[in-house]
Amino acid sequence: MDLREKRRIINKIALGLSLLAMLFGLFWLAWVLFTTLRLGVAGLSLSLFTQMTPPPGAGESGGLLNAIAGSLVMIVLAVALGTPLGVLAGIYLAEYGKHTWLGRVTHFVNGVLLSAPSIIVGLFVYAVYVARTGNFSATAGVFSLALIVLPVVVATSENMLRLVPDALREAAFALGAPRHVMILKVTLRASLSGVMTGILLAIARIAGETAPLLFTALSNQFWSLDLNKPMANLPVTIFKFAMSPFKNWQEIAWAGVFLITLGILALNIVARVFFRDQHK
Amino acid sequence: MNTDTKPSARTTDKAAARPDAQVVFRNLDFYYGRHHALKSINLDVYRRHVTAFIGPSGCGKSTLLRTMNRMYDLYPEQRATGELLLEGKNILDRDVDISLLRAEVGMVFQKPTPFPMSIYENIAFGVRLHERLSKTDMDERVTWALQKAALWEETKDKLSQSGMRLSGGQQQRLCIARAIAVRPKVLLLDEPTSALDPISTMHIEELVSELKAEFTIAIVTHNMQQAARISDYTAYMYIGEMVEFGLTDQIFVEPREKQTKDYITGRFG
Ligand SMILES: Nc1ncnc2c1ncn2[C@@H]1O[C@H](COP(=O)(O)OP(=O)(O)O)[C@@H](O)[C@H]1O
Ligand SMILES: [Mg+2]
Repeated sequence: MDLREKRRIINKIALGLSLLAMLFGLFWLAWVLFTTLRLGVAGLSLSLFTQMTPPPGAGESGGLLNAIAGSLVMIVLAVALGTPLGVLAGIYLAEYGKHTWLGRVTHFVNGVLLSAPSIIVGLFVYAVYVARTGNFSATAGVFSLALIVLPVVVATSENMLRLVPDALREAAFALGAPRHVMILKVTLRASLSGVMTGILLAIARIAGETAPLLFTALSNQFWSLDLNKPMANLPVTIFKFAMSPFKNWQEIAWAGVFLITLGILALNIVARVFFRDQHK
Repeated sequence: MNTDTKPSARTTDKAAARPDAQVVFRNLDFYYGRHHALKSINLDVYRRHVTAFIGPSGCGKSTLLRTMNRMYDLYPEQRATGELLLEGKNILDRDVDISLLRAEVGMVFQKPTPFPMSIYENIAFGVRLHERLSKTDMDERVTWALQKAALWEETKDKLSQSGMRLSGGQQQRLCIARAIAVRPKVLLLDEPTSALDPISTMHIEELVSELKAEFTIAIVTHNMQQAARISDYTAYMYIGEMVEFGLTDQIFVEPREKQTKDYITGRFG
């Protein structure tokens, strides 16, 4: 067998193995999606969007309106809180602190925060906020979600800004631009799609987070938009309903799972399209 | 340039600036940290002439160019000592207004660097940093710069299109337009054609010859023919030293130094 023949065979084997690995991964993903779809679609109805979460027991109808609204409110506030901070920190890391001690430490700490289990974030907010104020509240939930958004946005902003070639920075400086003008008008603009993608992915990340909300916003059976009170939200509702023995709760839980999956899928697709369009 | 064109590389004594020497290097040393990249450079760059810098790569041509607009300021470990006079004023002084300096000394880099914005905005960007112009005046300036850079005909109908969508050669002319829109006195070109095809290179070379009527031009090139074609003066550098400087015709026809001759005739480099 000559060398070329041997290479071709090895190539085939490698290709076969990687195909198998891919199929193995896809199989579970497809199964999860299929189950979500099957059980979720069954629970879908208009009342999901018009009625509050029901009390337990057969025959009780209900929906997820308060949970959907609560999730939206907390996500929007968490993003509004975490995104500007994150982008600013990312700008600092990429444009100012590259060679500084503070920059290196911040970069490292952000990496730690990025990989911290979300339950720890939840416990942290519980300890410093919920325990002090004495009650679960939407504000605490917003804080914990913002803490998860923050490192994601910091990391993507920093990475995207670092992808901008230094030649572009020097070109702006060579025209006499001060650093902040250079950043605002050149590097941020050059990396805008990347930064936006990071924000979208951060939203996708917190949309399904349960652990941090369990210790902070908890849940609420009723309609409430009071930030100082517990607030209903999709993940904790799903958690509670899915664990229950009640048939009507379980159905609603699956419908909620389906909604979240759909939302995250949509966000990912939007992020992709966005990123791709900007990079053509 | 009838009289004295001796290499100022060696005239360290009186160092009296010639009447038309716009930029004067006097015993300029440059360091990257501890690396001594430019060694006691003495040189005159003449007003409204093209001065070409040649020499093997790594000899300090870019470094020399980057002292003239203090580009090195961006990097804390880089520093220059000695004197570098722009119209008599030492631009290495700490109290120099860097932004103003860069308005007077424009620069174009090896790789085209269009900003991620429209063609119009690319040019207006630099102008806005230094001047407040009305919309009509700005339009006029953008047109003027594009015409000067021989890019007007190709872009006049698509000024709002992204500058990044132009071809490489057009992008480089856009960068030149952007630099001259600020109306600098000196234009630094660091191997502006090395990333371009022959036709685009020819365009830029023609452009340089035209621009010298209004601007003092310092150009780095590794292309010997290019230096011979477009420059009035040539400086040959080797490992951080200014080996020979003089009229281009003289340097290429009868270089004084053997080293220069070897390099020009392609015996090394
Ligand atoms: N940022 C830098 N840090 C350290 N050394 C550098 C840096 N840039 C250039 N040098 C060194 O300085 C010398 C001159 O470089 P340069 O001016 O870029 O050469 P040229 O443009 O003639 O090819 C080279 O030895 C190079 O290795
Ligand atoms: Mg160079």
